[in-house]
Amino acid sequence: MLQRVGVGSVEELFAGIPDDIRLKRPLDLPGPLSEPEAVAELTRLAAANSGTDRLVCFAGAGAYDHYIPAIVDTIISRPEFYTAYTPYQAEVSQGTLQAVYEFQSLVCRLYDMEVANASMYDCASALAEATHMARDITRRPKVIIAGSVNPNHVEVIRTYAHGLNIPIEMLPLAGNVVDPAALERMAGPDTAAVIVQHPNFFGNLEPVRRISEVAHRAGALLVVSADPSSLGALEPPGAYDADVAVGEGQPLGIPLSFGGPYLGLMSARRRFIRNMPGRIVARTADLEGRTGFVLALQTREQHIRRERAGSNICTNQALCALAASVYLATMGRTGIAEVARQSMAKAHYLARAIGQIRGFVPETSAPFFKEFTVQTPLPASRVVDAGLKQGILPGVDLGRFNPEWKNRLLVAVTEKRTRAEMDAYCAFLKGLAA
Amino acid sequence: MASIPGDLKYTKTHEWVRLDGGVATVGITDFAQSELSDIVYVEVTTKDKTVKREEAIGTIEAVKAVSDLYAPVSGLVIEGNESLKDAPATVNQDPYGAGWIAKIRVSDPKEMAGLLDAAAYAEVVEKSAHH
Repeated sequence: MLQRVGVGSVEELFAGIPDDIRLKRPLDLPGPLSEPEAVAELTRLAAANSGTDRLVCFAGAGAYDHYIPAIVDTIISRPEFYTAYTPYQAEVSQGTLQAVYEFQSLVCRLYDMEVANASMYDCASALAEATHMARDITRRPKVIIAGSVNPNHVEVIRTYAHGLNIPIEMLPLAGNVVDPAALERMAGPDTAAVIVQHPNFFGNLEPVRRISEVAHRAGALLVVSADPSSLGALEPPGAYDADVAVGEGQPLGIPLSFGGPYLGLMSARRRFIRNMPGRIVARTADLEGRTGFVLALQTREQHIRRERAGSNICTNQALCALAASVYLATMGRTGIAEVARQSMAKAHYLARAIGQIRGFVPETSAPFFKEFTVQTPLPASRVVDAGLKQGILPGVDLGRFNPEWKNRLLVAVTEKRTRAEMDAYCAFLKGLAA
Repeated sequence: MASIPGDLKYTKTHEWVRLDGGVATVGITDFAQSELSDIVYVEVTTKDKTVKREEAIGTIEAVKAVSDLYAPVSGLVIEGNESLKDAPATVNQDPYGAGWIAKIRVSDPKEMAGLLDAAAYAEVVEKSAHH
């Protein structure tokens, strides 16, 4: 290669770098490893993690231990998909583009919304971008966020809002859910959007129809964050007039992976399509009338609109979107409904069982889906620590989000949990109470 | 050769203006539309707003670029050409006629005197073409 390029050594390629800023010793790196040595080292490092293979997982708070059918990995591992690059050149990217078009269509069906984009990084950033969409569409400044939205997501919204000076007002709760009377007082002509999560961070269902009505009466948009796995049982956001609906696609065939990569689902009313960020794939016909797929409305994006663009995102989570599409196609309408039914039934079984254990009080006065909060007799962080020693991840310590919540545990139950696992969990809690 | 009607006034930013009874009709010139090529979307973002001369009042999207539309004169933006929503290419086909983009109720008719006539605009085009 050096010969071909016309230099005598690799050093010659760096000849343009001034002598006084050059590193004059070898890099301080360990020596090269053979493939078996590299595999052994990576295995050693990975063993420091405890995954859902080792722990029975009752932790949720935005990412869940749902079952991933083997076919998902089989399909996404095909090199045509796994190594495909960004589909900017439509002629050589029809496979990728069609897969994304199918994904968009599935998101629209699931959320009962008119248009969806090719995906965002995760729910948090999708929600933040939805906030900007609402401001651009309504030309109003303020956003109202329900206090029951995932605090990590609220943090990301605030980060995106920084520098744009977006007034953010948190909507107070009554118990674990939104106080609609407070929303009546807060929503006005300066409100661009009301943002609510349903089911909410605590697992409870919000009075979404009432919230929708109040938001729209004030001329604001309704932005909903909805767990896609809940849509096998609950009414989708389109049914209660959401203007923008987002969600975290991780429950749809994507591993937990300590926080990512995840999948931001984003959908909206058709008339807002020009304000949507991200890639959008469309179906069209070529000069000979054959069906084809292309990236559409690219003039929204920052590589064309530059400083006038609504967002700087110019990517999507293509492989994760494909995984979610394979999952949805494999599970089908009945499978999705069954996952929701089992998750909900099992969560309610466990909540009832925990309610029998002295000292532990499930906060289930408001209806919930697959997650619920439990008041604990000792700090939730100690419940978690004790559980880890017994091969159980008991839930999420809410004290991490608010010091006033240090005796509250967020417990999630998916279709993967068995009666034996849940009974063992209760035995573990009984042991703690003693 | 770009067409530059003698009865209109022009800006350095390639807008044309026709004043009629206190209302200025605004569009982009033949030179501008040919530089942009296929126009896919036109939006007047300042309808019912009072704008100052040289303020951006809308956007014109072509396949590869998005351009701002600037107010040649100050006033109240009273109308955007609704027909462009379904047929944005009209701006390419008939930039001085059916492809008009916005109407402004002029607040200071004296500002018209500060605009370029056809000959002066022709010079602007000449300079732009040799970049």
